Amino acid sequence: MTDLENRPDSGVVRHEPEEPIADPGLPPHELRPTDVDEKAERRAERQVAGMFLLSAVFTVLFCVSYFVFAIGDDPTMVLGLGASNVALGFCLGMALLLIGVGAIQWARKLMGDEEIVEMRHPARSSDEDREEAVASLTEGVEQSGIGRRPLIRNTLLLSTGLLGVPAIIALRDLGPLPGDKLYHTVWRKWMRVVQDVTGTPIKPEDLQVGQLVNAQPDVFYRPFNPKDSDGDDLTAAQAEARGEEPLEVPEGVELQQEKAKAATIVVRMEPSDITPSKGREDWGIDGILAYSKICTHVGCPISLWEQQTHHLLCPCHQSTFDLADNGKVIFGPANRALPQLPLMVDPDGYLVAQSDYTEPVGPSFWERG
Amino acid sequence: MSEAVTTNGSKAARSQKPSKVAGVADWADSRLGLAGAMKKNIRKVFPDHWSFMLGEIALWSFVVLLLTGVFLTLWFKPSMGETTYSGSYEPLNGIEVSEAYASSLHISFDVRAGLLMRQMHHWAAMLFIAAMLVHMMRVYFTGAFRKPRELNWVIGVLLLVLGTLEGFTGYSLPDDLLSGTGIRAANGFVAAIPVVGTYVNFFLFGGEFPGDSIIPRLYTIHVLLIPGLLLALIAAHMLLLVYHKHTQWPGPGRTNDNVVGFPMLPVYAAKAGGFFFIVFGVTALMGAFLSINPIWRYGPYNPAEVTAGSQPDWYMGWPDGALRIMPGWESHFWGVTLSWNVFIPIILLPTLAIGILMALPFVESWITGDKRDHHLLQRPRDAPTRTGVMVALMTFYGLFWIAGGNDIIAITFGLSINAITHFLRVAVFVGPVIAFIITKRWCISLQRQDNEKLLHGYETGIIMRDASGGYSERHQPLPVDEAYAISARERDQIFQIESSTDENGVEAPGSRAEKVRARLSQAWYGTNVQKPTAAELEEAHHHAEEHDHESDSELAGIASERHEVDPPVRKELPPSD
Ligand code: HEM
Ligand code: FES
Repeated sequence: MTDLENRPDSGVVRHEPEEPIADPGLPPHELRPTDVDEKAERRAERQVAGMFLLSAVFTVLFCVSYFVFAIGDDPTMVLGLGASNVALGFCLGMALLLIGVGAIQWARKLMGDEEIVEMRHPARSSDEDREEAVASLTEGVEQSGIGRRPLIRNTLLLSTGLLGVPAIIALRDLGPLPGDKLYHTVWRKWMRVVQDVTGTPIKPEDLQVGQLVNAQPDVFYRPFNPKDSDGDDLTAAQAEARGEEPLEVPEGVELQQEKAKAATIVVRMEPSDITPSKGREDWGIDGILAYSKICTHVGCPISLWEQQTHHLLCPCHQSTFDLADNGKVIFGPANRALPQLPLMVDPDGYLVAQSDYTEPVGPSFWERG
Repeated sequence: MSEAVTTNGSKAARSQKPSKVAGVADWADSRLGLAGAMKKNIRKVFPDHWSFMLGEIALWSFVVLLLTGVFLTLWFKPSMGETTYSGSYEPLNGIEVSEAYASSLHISFDVRAGLLMRQMHHWAAMLFIAAMLVHMMRVYFTGAFRKPRELNWVIGVLLLVLGTLEGFTGYSLPDDLLSGTGIRAANGFVAAIPVVGTYVNFFLFGGEFPGDSIIPRLYTIHVLLIPGLLLALIAAHMLLLVYHKHTQWPGPGRTNDNVVGFPMLPVYAAKAGGFFFIVFGVTALMGAFLSINPIWRYGPYNPAEVTAGSQPDWYMGWPDGALRIMPGWESHFWGVTLSWNVFIPIILLPTLAIGILMALPFVESWITGDKRDHHLLQRPRDAPTRTGVMVALMTFYGLFWIAGGNDIIAITFGLSINAITHFLRVAVFVGPVIAFIITKRWCISLQRQDNEKLLHGYETGIIMRDASGGYSERHQPLPVDEAYAISARERDQIFQIESSTDENGVEAPGSRAEKVRARLSQAWYGTNVQKPTAAELEEAHHHAEEHDHESDSELAGIASERHEVDPPVRKELPPSD
């Protein structure tokens, strides 16, 4: 081996042959004006003390500002920030800065400025120390008998190793198992497609060509009654006879979770521009189509609609989907087309879903297949 | 020391009666017995250089984070439970929001100095991570990671990773539209982990996204787990620093065996302590005047909404960029899905980057075979390959970072986002290679210039006419201190295999690896310019003497000092401990 090593006995080796220039040694110490001129020295002293004093003044001003400026009244008064914020921050900042600058000035001008030299020692211990350490270790290990008693050693390894299992098992209740949750949303047959925020149901004639509407399932706004095969509400007795119950409006966490999957966009395009793939010919109404709003990349809600090109752009990583062509990806890191929600019209003339989404919405996951 | 020195002596004035300090010291030492350790460390020497401040910025901004963070915890409610906002910020009054968001608004508009602390906390977080990054580059460029400091390098990389995670978890806490979008994306990232991704997500989020557990859990991670780890690692980082003693730049009297600088007490303590107040003060001024993360403008998180131009904090920009320019690959086989388009850029690439960073010191010392202790810093030009490697990594990082803003660039410069993406897909591979080659050559040419200066002095710009009528530019020899500082570097020694076969002509075991190593070592050092030998210097000066009599005296200066300096100055000084 020709590794370059430290030689343990001589410390660090770096004396190379034929150094072109020998070490001239530390340059002589040079005196500062404050070392030789008493006036300069006193001036520096006053400077430092002045800064410390000014810092104290700013601290007092901080306390005054705290009580003088109301916050929340006009949060954009100064540079888009509240007066309280600016005053407090400025005073605190100056109070701190002045201490800092003062201390450094003190060190530079008035404290002894002679550099001192300390010798280094190799990080490694001396050979004797190493030998002693190894000897102690060997002796200790020897006395424990761990080498001679494999039965004890192995059972100990087993028992301590096994302790890792409870540590993992105990985390089991962090959350439920996925089950089939990722495969379904709250959408179902006859559920109205309503405007997000207002909850207004949508009639096809409400939409102009080129228009995009953010939509949600009706059940986020009112309970969803079971329907008969024509889309009319079942009476309570009929529903009970069929074993169906109204779907309640989800609340709190559940609402958020359902929203994160069910968010939908409805667009109207020229029917002639649309090229539905096989089986999707009757998923739209007069050029009105509905797609999942959740990007198939990592799940941002998609928002930017270019009506001329029928492109929908995700603001997170710019995946672009062609809504006239089955939501296919035409650019960006997403792989899968946006899932499409099959639409139809209910007896009252409102847009409703034909079914749930036919594939999981949102980002891909391992089990998705 | 001159007699003129009045009050600034480096020796403390001795008072006759026992001082209060001595009293306290006696009390403490009788119980703690710390004098032994203190006597070595109170006057411990720290060398000075502006670049040594970068790590300090990171350290002090961490302290600012601790202080401001604790302030925030006094009001922040890490809950996703719903509440109706009612507070000083009118536009959101009466709106259903999470407790986390409402309490962040409360801190911003109803707690005096609350917004200041929030903004200081966020600015300090940016400063913390930026300072760590630049500090790491300084350590690498100057070779300060070499033996015996490799472990401190590894700790440093861990700090960078944990700091980034800490920033991400903090960014997620206020539950505004941007932070929620970040968590949403994180949920998608985890989903891309093969086999276990879905389960990890359900356990992490306590069920389906968003659930009501993620913010309380991130909160525990943010205020307890990661700060604890950071604190422990920073402590280890500092302890090792003190144990190894700081590296220093070579120069007259500054060798590999000593450390020259100011003592801890008083000079370094005053400078470093003062610097803490400066970092703290600067963050306060930033908090005062520069708005950051105005969550009230983003609105509360809503899983069906997003703002255009969603952008994470800058330190998450490079993985975000990788995510953006990755082609949309996904495999479907045996009934499962593997999302390369997410897994590669966001899981694999950062893991790889961390691994590469950690391995850098070990790879270098394996290639060069250099296992010696190094306490002298190298100028980047004196390690052309290493410098090239870091510049290549920086280019890689920078290009991904640019990719993270591809939409902004497209809009600002009116370019097509497709074109930018296609360009960057190629550039992230080609760019670093070009950067490496240019940097390495540049370093080598700088080395050559150094040798020129050593051999022929620097160019004065004065044109001389010699006896035979020819013209030449007059060169002045360098001052000896400067010349020494340039020449005080090791000659590179290319790793060589002693013999790959034994007497019987049988290949020695492991000699394949050794051959690779020798070849890499050749590539690492082979084209470097070595400093001149004493003989070459003599020869050059001799030549110059003939050429230009004027510089005689100066040259003799160097030559004579070389012989006169004995014993070397550092040997005159007794070891200080
Ligand atoms: C290395 C350390 C740290 C980093 C990088 C960091 C980063 C962040 C960031 C970027 C935010 C978002 C701030 C905003 O609202 O704009 C945040 C929020 C927060 N951090 Fe930290 N932090 C760190 C340490 C701490 C510590 C030590 C604590 C407490 C012990 C803490 C407590 C908090 C709290 C309570 C919030 C939420 C405040 C709010 O949203 O109003 N942080 N952190
Ligand atoms: S989440 Fe839509 S492109 Fe990434």
